[in-house]
Amino acid sequence: MSEEILSFEEAMEKYDPVLGFEVHVELNTKTKMFDDAPNEFGDTPNTNITPVSLGLPGVLPVVNGKAVESAIKLGLALGCDIAEVSHFARKNYFYPDTPKNFQTSQFDEPIAENGSIDIELEDGTVFTVDIERAHMEEDAGKLNHMGGSTGRIQGAEFSLVDYNRAGVPLIEIVTRPIVGAGERAPELARAYVAAIREIVKNLGISDAKMERGNVRCDANVSLMPKGTTEFGTRTETKNVNSLRSVERAVRYEIQRHAAVLDSGQKIVQETRMWHEDTRETTAGRPKSDADDYRYFPEPDLVPVVTDSEWIERLRAELPEPPAERRRRLKADWGYSDEEFRDVVNAGAMDAIEETVAAGASPAVARKWWMGEIARIAKVREVDLAETGATAQTVVELNQLIEQKKINDKIARQVLEFVIAGEGSPAEIVEKRNLAVVSDDGALTAAIDDALAAMPDVADKIRGGKVQAAGAIVGQVMKATRGQADAGRVRELILEKLGVEG
Amino acid sequence: MNELIKLSAAELVEKLKSSEISSVEITQAHLDRIEATDGQTLDSADRSAGKDGLNAFLHTSAQQALQVAEEVDRARAAGEELPELAGVPIAIKDLIVTKGQPTTAASRMLEGWMSPYDGTVTQKVRAARMPILGKTNLDEFAMGSSTEHSAFGVTRNPWALDRIPGGSGGGSAVAVSAFQAPLALGTDTGGSIRQPAAVTGSVGVKPTYGSISRYGVIAMASSLDQVGPCTRTVLDAALLHEVVGGYDPKDSTSLNEPVGPYAAQAREGATEGGLKGLRVGIIKELNGDGFQAGVNARFNESIDLLKSAGAEIVEVSLPSVKEALGAYYLIMSSEVSSNLAKYDGVRFGLRKLPEEGPVTIERVMSATRAAGFGDEAKRRIILGTYALSAGYYDAYYGSAQKVRTLIQRDYAAAFEKCDVLVSPTAPTTAYKLGEKTEGDPMAMYLGDIATVPTNLAGVPSISIPAGLADEDGLPVGIQFTAPAHEDARLYRVGAGLEALLNNKWGAPLWAQMPDTESLIRDFDFGGAK
Amino acid sequence: MSDITRETVAHLAELAHIEMTDAELEALASELGVIVESVASVSNAVSDDIPATSHPIPLKNVFREDVVGETLTAEEALSGAPDEADGKFKVPAILEES
Repeated sequence: MSEEILSFEEAMEKYDPVLGFEVHVELNTKTKMFDDAPNEFGDTPNTNITPVSLGLPGVLPVVNGKAVESAIKLGLALGCDIAEVSHFARKNYFYPDTPKNFQTSQFDEPIAENGSIDIELEDGTVFTVDIERAHMEEDAGKLNHMGGSTGRIQGAEFSLVDYNRAGVPLIEIVTRPIVGAGERAPELARAYVAAIREIVKNLGISDAKMERGNVRCDANVSLMPKGTTEFGTRTETKNVNSLRSVERAVRYEIQRHAAVLDSGQKIVQETRMWHEDTRETTAGRPKSDADDYRYFPEPDLVPVVTDSEWIERLRAELPEPPAERRRRLKADWGYSDEEFRDVVNAGAMDAIEETVAAGASPAVARKWWMGEIARIAKVREVDLAETGATAQTVVELNQLIEQKKINDKIARQVLEFVIAGEGSPAEIVEKRNLAVVSDDGALTAAIDDALAAMPDVADKIRGGKVQAAGAIVGQVMKATRGQADAGRVRELILEKLGVEG
Repeated sequence: MNELIKLSAAELVEKLKSSEISSVEITQAHLDRIEATDGQTLDSADRSAGKDGLNAFLHTSAQQALQVAEEVDRARAAGEELPELAGVPIAIKDLIVTKGQPTTAASRMLEGWMSPYDGTVTQKVRAARMPILGKTNLDEFAMGSSTEHSAFGVTRNPWALDRIPGGSGGGSAVAVSAFQAPLALGTDTGGSIRQPAAVTGSVGVKPTYGSISRYGVIAMASSLDQVGPCTRTVLDAALLHEVVGGYDPKDSTSLNEPVGPYAAQAREGATEGGLKGLRVGIIKELNGDGFQAGVNARFNESIDLLKSAGAEIVEVSLPSVKEALGAYYLIMSSEVSSNLAKYDGVRFGLRKLPEEGPVTIERVMSATRAAGFGDEAKRRIILGTYALSAGYYDAYYGSAQKVRTLIQRDYAAAFEKCDVLVSPTAPTTAYKLGEKTEGDPMAMYLGDIATVPTNLAGVPSISIPAGLADEDGLPVGIQFTAPAHEDARLYRVGAGLEALLNNKWGAPLWAQMPDTESLIRDFDFGGAK
Repeated sequence: MSDITRETVAHLAELAHIEMTDAELEALASELGVIVESVASVSNAVSDDIPATSHPIPLKNVFREDVVGETLTAEEALSGAPDEADGKFKVPAILEES
């Protein structure tokens, strides 16, 4: 029952896409937005709740001050104006995941308005996305649809509600319509959400894990025929839970809109649900109250009033913006564009920064984090940081190499032992007796054995075929289980045979 | 009848302190009175009871009350330091949640529901070691002025059983005026404490908005709701306000300021010369016109008494008060429509399946709300939904909020000229049950004309008995209003006039009340609604 | 005249999730008409330059520390639930069978 779609290329020949995003960011405060229940993911259902999160008769909300400060910080990071006076409002609609049957949100007086951020695509093209507003609100509970075949709402016989998530603090960031992205629209969509994720993570206000729903994107798409300027009817696609999905969903909706418009039909303004399995959208539940939320000022809460002293204190606490930081680090480290992009895409920037700070050179840090540690992370399917390797690990390994205590090959083994939790590189080298054999006496014995075992090779060397020494070196390395310094071995062989190297 | 029940809370405190009587005796006396006059079987869940009596209580908790009383008596005997009102029993409006006792808001929607938490005022009452006798009747979700909109039967006025006890807090007012409880808690959104006090000859206070926590008070209209004392004397109201008042971090609109001194001011006001120099403002717009003759007569009599006690009477105007009722009904119903949305059959309370057709959550919610809410609740929810809906917001809710600004300005200007404002509490004495429930709903709403402006402005008001109307022999209330945060002034002035009136009558007004038990014996309950 | 018709009330009842019979809709339409007419004067009593008051006593910046407090147990949370399963609130299907 897939819907007709046009090829992306054809769609782009005929139409210009207009995008818009509503990104919801779950804050990582200890407690909920309006009550002191813990803001925790994945506990026993209906235990992280107070009478307030459950909306029992008689309860009242109280605003989490930390969440307000997080919202102000995010507003500042998005270049927004912070409202002098901002109110909470009730958004009235009935849904079983919403305990009070209204969501406490903000309406005409949000905490932050009128910002913009520059979004850099992979090839360096920069789009400026204007932010209309960022406002505070609360999350809903979680519904499990039961009895159907797929866990989807369609065909379910009943649903189960867990209100642990109800009341978790959210900030909703709303863009102005984004015009002019053209065929880069899907890519821009992905980059925009990635940028928001990076900003909130950098601010430390959210865990920013999309797979856990910490950052959720509703993507609005509409098309206008090429050469026109009037926006078309838009759809809002929900359930887009990864960066890849954002890109695909936008692309799909562009193609679907184009097919609908091409056939002379009209786009229905509706909510669409993205399905990552089929890579399609389907019409979502019709929102019965969608046209009339009856917003009004929340009478149980008082206004948030800011002053410059408060805002400046929060501004001073802001970390360096991610884009600026990237520019600075790239210049400092002297990486090529390609090298730096790989580092960013691998998520190795923080680790390299720490490693450089701990004393390694940018080249060494990159060698390890993008090399052996990345390989291990890939095999184990974990993030770099989750491998257990640290900046200190890299610094120590490198010191041991520079001091010629170990060679590269041994260093890689040592890393494995570090990750296995055996201790620091130095400790492991000591404990496992992995240090390079530099005692000439021990080496001389091994060389004598090797020469005796391969007299013909010894003769060749004596005869001036210096490159034949490699075979003897190999034999010695084998005998010393790789712990010898190969260069030193070679020197000793040539010396012994009276040949100049 | 045990004469103990006629004592005020302040008098009971004295006798408890001197160990002349025990809390168990006091509590038992009130429980006996409830059993004799309310039509209740104590601690019974049977809701068919209450029909042949006052029906002030929806639920009694005799065992729990007696247990608290025993503990207090034991503690006192052991010489423990006790809170002032320890051992004095109290009744609580069934809009305030209580752990371990049902809370229904007089609605089918919450029949049988037990709150897993205590409201802040409930906690304070428990901390004050006051035995809770039970939960009192009200109009469903506090919406009404007669207690006729209770899902569990009407409450009857002890002055005349075929008359309304006022509302929404008819149960609390009747409990104190009929000596079933020395003290009760009510809530006042547009007069729900004061108008019942007026028509039952008792005292009712709506404090400054935010003076008493609303946490655990089932919301009707959040920006107007306020908890307050229902008592027979002004001093008792002051004592109770001191127990339940004060800042609560669980209520964002709670005032972070010290409580009292209310009782001290009440005692001061009742002394000779306590009202000398007081400037009392008569509100032009709430004087005479449209008020029952007997109401005006008692009102004027009180004004003369105030004058004779050295008060200065001035006339002030609150020009926007004529829009107060309209603004009140728009704001109140809008907030109601949202506050009552949570009653949907999902998390607690009633669930009703649709009688036919598919069983979806939407249809279950709609069937539940159709079955769980009474007519008045539905009327106000629909009105509020209308006032907030797209296209009407500015004209209705928005304008009402502006009228609110004008009313606040009027009060501010009036208080430049006087210390307190005065008016009758209600335009009439208690009307007959059933008289205003049929037909035009505005007929009942008009009775709130003198009480709603103070809720809109957030300022405190007290209603005290002013005597009986000549034409029907029923109680009339007089209402004083003070600037916000000046609740103490009300207790001073209220106690002052109360002393003057008691002196004039030779006894409190309740001494003229007919004997309740005889009234009940002679009344034809089958004939009335 | 007010513009409240039976259809208006039917729409409002749908927004408010209250099932209503035809008789109720008719009765409410006329009652609401009366109420709305008598409260409509508020919009004539005000002008643009008057600010709205949503809180009777003006307060600002009432915040809570971000510290976890006492929570309900699942048993307490579900104690009033009309229906439950697996420690969760059970509700009928959200969509109609199609």
